[in-house]
Amino acid sequence: MKKLSVKSVVAIGIGAALFFVLGKVAIPSPVPNTNISLQYAVEAVFATLFGPVAGVLIGFIGHTLIDATSYGPWWSWIIASAFVGLVIGLATMKLNVEDGIDSRKLIHFNVAQIIAHVLAWGLVAPVLDILIYAEPVEKLFAQGLMAAVANIITTGVVGTLLLLGYAKTVVKRGSLEKED
Amino acid sequence: MARIAILNYIRRPSPVHELTGTAKLIFFIAWSVAAMVTFDTRVLVCMLLIGAVIFRISQIRIRDISVVLGLAAVFLLLNNLFIYLFTPEYGVEVYASRDVLFPIVGRYTVTAQQLFYHLNITLKVVCVVPIALLFIACTDPSEFASSLARIGVSYRAGYAVSLALRYIPDVQREYRNISQAQQARGIDLSGKDKLFTRLKNSVAILLPLIMSSINRIEVVSNAMELRGFGKEKKRTWYMQRKLQRNDWLAIGFAIAVLAVGLAVTFSNGSRYYNPFV
Repeated sequence: MKKLSVKSVVAIGIGAALFFVLGKVAIPSPVPNTNISLQYAVEAVFATLFGPVAGVLIGFIGHTLIDATSYGPWWSWIIASAFVGLVIGLATMKLNVEDGIDSRKLIHFNVAQIIAHVLAWGLVAPVLDILIYAEPVEKLFAQGLMAAVANIITTGVVGTLLLLGYAKTVVKRGSLEKED
Repeated sequence: MARIAILNYIRRPSPVHELTGTAKLIFFIAWSVAAMVTFDTRVLVCMLLIGAVIFRISQIRIRDISVVLGLAAVFLLLNNLFIYLFTPEYGVEVYASRDVLFPIVGRYTVTAQQLFYHLNITLKVVCVVPIALLFIACTDPSEFASSLARIGVSYRAGYAVSLALRYIPDVQREYRNISQAQQARGIDLSGKDKLFTRLKNSVAILLPLIMSSINRIEVVSNAMELRGFGKEKKRTWYMQRKLQRNDWLAIGFAIAVLAVGLAVTFSNGSRYYNPFV
């Protein structure tokens, strides 16, 4: 197995810290008792920039820390968070956002994040919940569906805007022009 | 912005604090595995009682963790409510019998089996809470990475966890600064705007935050690279301690609880303890 580079180690650490802080600040959403989870937008952006391993560990460490500092860890959703990072990271490996961004890349990113969230909250989290907590199926899939929709919207809007903003700040290859 | 309620390391003299991080980590993992697998009321009640005793020994006061306990209570209440609203007859299915206590309205009746199911699912979460809180409140964060390395996690991953713990306060402060600066410029996140506007406004905070984080990643990883991080297969830890007698006792105890818990749970051939048949 290829070893983690120093940069990925640091990206995971700071990404997880961001995930944690954003998971803890509450931005109210229209549905009572749920908040807008900005952390998934950041996880998606970091997974795109630093790859699948970083995505998995940011989700896993960040979510574990959030849960462990509130009420014991809810493992099924932690694993689902890690899974989101994995899928987005894998699907965007060849995207090279550093070389600039266009609408094709943005669509690619959004398709990846939609697939990731649907699989994670519609499949991974409920199935694990059934195995671990033996909760009723109807409740879990309703809950998962709600989480998937909310996270797809936040990641889609916020994640896309963040990628656009990031790409603007990176100096592109060949951006210098020779003056006559 | 309101202060974020976060559980922290609380330094106090107690036998639980003196245990090494490794012992506490293994204890915590064994405990949560046991609680995840079992649905046996007897096992769960025993685990809860033992947890309460350990909590007493640890010198951590209820007052220290009241905010966290409040959050856990709200979470549990909502979870139970949702389960009941979606499937008021789930307990009947699980325990294969039906004793109606009293009807409420329509398909919603209160059955003994449903109440017992709710009791179990609540216990499953509650019996991990004291151990999880103690693990956070009694383990020095600097010792945590060495504990992870000790139980076989790659030290790179362990170091990432350690970096996360180290940078949470910094990121939090930065978030607060940026959000106050943006609020001064008239960007509102409090929920008066429409959802889409709020999402767009949050980008005004997140983008600077991410930019500075990426900068920070650059700086920190350069510093680590200069010091030769990741060159060797292993590394040593400043905060690592040798396992003492008490550590082995704690690890042994946790594994015993796990083994006995699983044995009792599966003694009747299923995860559930069924008093109704």
